[in-house]
Amino acid sequence: MIKTDALIIGAGPTGLFTAHQLKLIGLDCEVVDNLDKIGGQCIELYPDKPIYDIPAIPECTGEELTNGLTDQLKPFNIKFHLNERVEEVKNNNGKWEIKTNKGTSFNTPNIIIAGGVGSFEPRKFAPKDCEKFEDKSIFYSIKDKTIFKDKTVSIFGGGDSALDWAIELSENSKINLIHRRDEFRGAQSTVDKMNDLRKEGKIKLYTKYQLKGVKDSESLESIDIEHDNKEVKNLKTDFVLGFFGLIMKLGPIANWGLNLNKKKINVDTEKFETNQKGIYAVGDICNYPGKLKLILSGFHEGALAARACFKLARPNEKYRFEFTTTSTNLLKRLGKKE
Amino acid sequence: MTKIVYIEHNGKSHSIDVQNGLTVMEGAVQNNVPGIDADCGGSMACATCHVYVKEEWFNKLPKKEDGEEDMLDMAFEPKKFSRLSCQLTVTDELDGLTVQLPSEQA
Repeated sequence: MIKTDALIIGAGPTGLFTAHQLKLIGLDCEVVDNLDKIGGQCIELYPDKPIYDIPAIPECTGEELTNGLTDQLKPFNIKFHLNERVEEVKNNNGKWEIKTNKGTSFNTPNIIIAGGVGSFEPRKFAPKDCEKFEDKSIFYSIKDKTIFKDKTVSIFGGGDSALDWAIELSENSKINLIHRRDEFRGAQSTVDKMNDLRKEGKIKLYTKYQLKGVKDSESLESIDIEHDNKEVKNLKTDFVLGFFGLIMKLGPIANWGLNLNKKKINVDTEKFETNQKGIYAVGDICNYPGKLKLILSGFHEGALAARACFKLARPNEKYRFEFTTTSTNLLKRLGKKE
Repeated sequence: MTKIVYIEHNGKSHSIDVQNGLTVMEGAVQNNVPGIDADCGGSMACATCHVYVKEEWFNKLPKKEDGEEDMLDMAFEPKKFSRLSCQLTVTDELDGLTVQLPSEQA
């Protein structure tokens, strides 16, 4: 069981700056995120898109913003638990006990939920009967590519993941690549390579088709794909891969006894505390009158929630407001003074 | 005010007067029309405000900008007349626009 002053759920911009604020005022914190990397929506949804409304930064991309925030955390030693999703939150004698899907557990007086719109999960195929083959013959990510050797693999999607896997697996497998339109959004060089392999007969390409259904007896045998003009084709296949990007799901947060409003968590605007003492919500996931879904609002909310954490983490001390420009304490924590 | 008709997947119809300048997505969200999630808040980054536009309306709408078709690749059951409702700004010309909502957004 890891003991910490505050646990932050979500390593997006708001979670990162909240961690900075906690460490600055002398509290420990650890961060959990379901993604395999730091940055949240900024890195997952728009790493290359420019952002123009971060104060004092006229223009930066989602990736640059993430890098800047990560650099700002360098003076501090913060443990990140990536690829982990918080599943369970329980109160035990006024402290919160938290368990992740990987079995990591925490004990803390403060939880700050900076979870955006929930955790990222792969988008799945629409036909309902795909579910029973999930992780058997239908996959949304690849852990062991050797299972596809000498098999027929039908890959759906039009981005880099679909194209890269079609190219890579075509060495040892028969590949059907299926996409809902003629244009691909992957890198041009990758599209060109896929087209070369198609001409060599190593990839069979079906555009303007989507998955209509699966056919099986014991195991998956074939799939039906439907053209825009309603024509249906049946393809024999051993495996099906879908690469439709990620979707945000609120997930287990819905089970923690919080006061939810649609997919948002209601908070006050003094501490950004939820209806549960010691659980705060900041950034896109919180809701209050006048809430703006701006990154800068998340920074403000995180700064205030961090101060609120102080009271529960250090009940016998008094929090004193200080500036980084002048406070010896803060400058020491930032490594700027001995 | 411009009338926009939202038809849920189960057939339930909502006729809403939406202020010009708002998007078709905002018209739904602000009036509690179920079936449009709009997780990203309208920045064309999530495809959860996906709608099917009635065929007769499809060609009257402003053309898709760069990126909308890419996002639609990720939508739940995209079809020929799919659009992202956050990219449709309400104007007088859209009076009576009818959009059908998919069975799910994700």
